[in-house]
Amino acid sequence: MLKDITIGQYFPGNSIIHRLDARFKIIITIIFIIMLFVADGFASIIIGVIFMIMSYILTRIPVKLMFKSLRPVIPILFFTAVLNVFFYEGDVIFHLWFIKITDEGVKNASFMLIRVISLIVGSSILTYTTSPVALTDAIERLMSPLKKFKFPVHEIAMMMTIALRFIPTLIEETDKIISAQKARGADFENGNLKQRISAVIPVIIPLFVSAFKRAEELAIAMECRCYHGGEGRTRLRKSQIKISDFTALACSIAFLAGIITTDYLLK
Amino acid sequence: MAILRTENLTYIYGEGTPFQKTAVDNVTLEIQKGEIIGVIGHTGSGKSTLIQHFNGLLKPTSGKVFFNGVDIWAGKKVLPDLRFKVGLVFQYPEYQIFEETVYKDIAYGPSNMKLDKDEIKRCVTETADILGITSDMLNRSPFELSGGQKRRVAIAGVMAMRPEVLILDEPTAGLDPRGRYTILELIKKYNKTTGCTVLIVSHSMEDMAEYAQRIIVMNQSGLFCFDKTADVFARSEEISQMGLDVPQITKVFNELKKSGIVFDDEIYTVRYAKEKILEYISRRDGTGLCSKI
Repeated sequence: MLKDITIGQYFPGNSIIHRLDARFKIIITIIFIIMLFVADGFASIIIGVIFMIMSYILTRIPVKLMFKSLRPVIPILFFTAVLNVFFYEGDVIFHLWFIKITDEGVKNASFMLIRVISLIVGSSILTYTTSPVALTDAIERLMSPLKKFKFPVHEIAMMMTIALRFIPTLIEETDKIISAQKARGADFENGNLKQRISAVIPVIIPLFVSAFKRAEELAIAMECRCYHGGEGRTRLRKSQIKISDFTALACSIAFLAGIITTDYLLK
Repeated sequence: MAILRTENLTYIYGEGTPFQKTAVDNVTLEIQKGEIIGVIGHTGSGKSTLIQHFNGLLKPTSGKVFFNGVDIWAGKKVLPDLRFKVGLVFQYPEYQIFEETVYKDIAYGPSNMKLDKDEIKRCVTETADILGITSDMLNRSPFELSGGQKRRVAIAGVMAMRPEVLILDEPTAGLDPRGRYTILELIKKYNKTTGCTVLIVSHSMEDMAEYAQRIIVMNQSGLFCFDKTADVFARSEEISQMGLDVPQITKVFNELKKSGIVFDDEIYTVRYAKEKILEYISRRDGTGLCSKI
């Protein structure tokens, strides 16, 4: 049940997108997000969607996997879309008692749907094609100018790496604790809201206890291997910027420019 | 009638995905009431998966599990109250402790059974008594206890539900020799006083030899054999080939056999070995033995 969570998971591969430098991938993802929010009309957002689909095809990741990562957010998406449809002023195209649907409402709802889905798919492309280590590494290096302002860049990157590394471990642990408490008669499926909430306590507390214990052990293990922060630390893999990285970046900038001009021309 | 019975039990993990793996393959066995049964097998042989079928935590992919002759998956859901009748203690059970006091933690299972307050109290104090948990300990926080004490509290948490079958997955893992001995003796005592059936999963052949009456041997997801302890260790060759061990004393006697000193019985506990050796020496007046060595 908990194993179905795929957001933030890495899907190993060797596609063009996989081989891009992680820093560039992050920047391109940010540019893509800007595209989605700059786009003002259907014509321009379609350009953004085309960019996304193109990069997605290049990743060679099964479509099924992408749907799986979208599944948990579908109820929220549906809910907001419905709200958008009903509560927008504009020309009424459908009227029944107190329900009225306006053309603006439909337009806004579908626009929002495209925007949010693209947002999720776009950022999933980043996490699916970049290993967590490469990702945090890239974040550290992108943020390294902030070191001048005494911002703990390395520490934050390390914390992210550790957090990502322990997600599967903790999921496994949660599964184990749930089974153990079920064996003692815990009931997670039945009962009213209050009973269901209190049924979670026997899982949460042992999970926290073991997480703290793990953290302590990890800290000791890191110290035993002479970890002392980012100062003077070298890397095993040095990522090198290639021509393809700049090509990809130029491509995304071209698309962004395309979106802006389309919007300008259509106005 | 057997208290627990499986019929062609098969369990496949992740069926239909590329990671599909058969964890338990066509296991048919019968466990009688009041027995102490050992479960052995190397890591990944399917023992943990097998035992999780006995209390309905896992639903078999195919095959059936019967408790007291009733198919536990006959209805849509697992037989009600089965989890209370078949108590399962997981490996490192101290990781499931969560209450503020030892008393409350042991009472968690019984209160899930919807017993009234007095009954819960009786269950807890009686179990605590069997497991040597003092009344002073009952009022303390379980997180202050030592490793061995925590383990006992966690086992008590399952025992307090008064299960008819108690299954323990490596109850002595990570404990020092005294801790192991204490726990196993307490389990044996519990079996004697309550007549409850006990299944112990263990890697320690010495412990198995000492406590188990019959042993289930799992190998590569299948049931290798299910026999009396002596009969299982009589097949020490095959067991060693599986990557498992036999008790050290059995190894000693196997070597003796090779050098010509043959005992008719299979010897797997030190106590029995001592008896046999004394008998051997007295039989041959000691002289024959000395000259031979």
